[in-house]
Amino acid sequence: MADPMRIRAQAVGGNATVRVLMAHEMETGQRKDAAGKIIPAWHISEVTAMLNGKNVLTAEWGPAVAKNPFLQFTIKGAKAGDKVAVTWKDNRGETRTDEATVS
Amino acid sequence: MQSRRETLKQSAVLASLLAGTGLFPGYAFAFNTAAFEAKNLADALKALGVSAPQASKDVTLTAPDIAENGAVVPMGAATTLAGVKQLVLLVEKNPNALVAVFNVSDSVDANMTTRAKMGQSSDVYAVAIMNDGKAFFAKKEVKVTLGGCGG
Repeated sequence: MADPMRIRAQAVGGNATVRVLMAHEMETGQRKDAAGKIIPAWHISEVTAMLNGKNVLTAEWGPAVAKNPFLQFTIKGAKAGDKVAVTWKDNRGETRTDEATVS
Repeated sequence: MQSRRETLKQSAVLASLLAGTGLFPGYAFAFNTAAFEAKNLADALKALGVSAPQASKDVTLTAPDIAENGAVVPMGAATTLAGVKQLVLLVEKNPNALVAVFNVSDSVDANMTTRAKMGQSSDVYAVAIMNDGKAFFAKKEVKVTLGGCGG
């Protein structure tokens, strides 16, 4: 099972700035191992963010997003106490959801 | 380098994986495989349904002038224009130009920051695709002193 994400959601002037750090290998599919075989791509392909259960952001990522990806975005009208949930899904079908409270 | 055969094989594997896992519950989510496998900028944009993007001052690309480590290059796309549908980050000289597509809703600011890998020094593009199909971009050259795509 994948490691948990670190999510920080901070209320700033009526909005909430959300910073997410995901733990993922993000293998590009370009590298070769010692035997010269290409290491297959393994990367997060879909990211979803929800505010209090309502979908606010979706993203599609390619393998060019850096290892242990970082994502920052701002949710309008979110206030302290609101719940922000972030879900990612990788190209092997593995998925993880973590939740944080806006503070 | 990948041979064409390997590339095709991998996309077949990827497609079957995506098909096998199904969609997220609640909302349809079509991963744009064609766009992410496009080898160059023009093809990637075409696969996203963009034709003839225009340079615009209202689109902002945040990226360093020089990236010491190509494996972790912070970059952000933002726009002040109203009616944005998607924000797209592309690195022209990466093996696959497309880095990330953000589907912006009314509830989030059109301002996304993430970190990307860059194989070599290249122009980086931030493209804002509007609801009416128009597209605006900003670009910036980022010099990489150490590549991030292995080798």
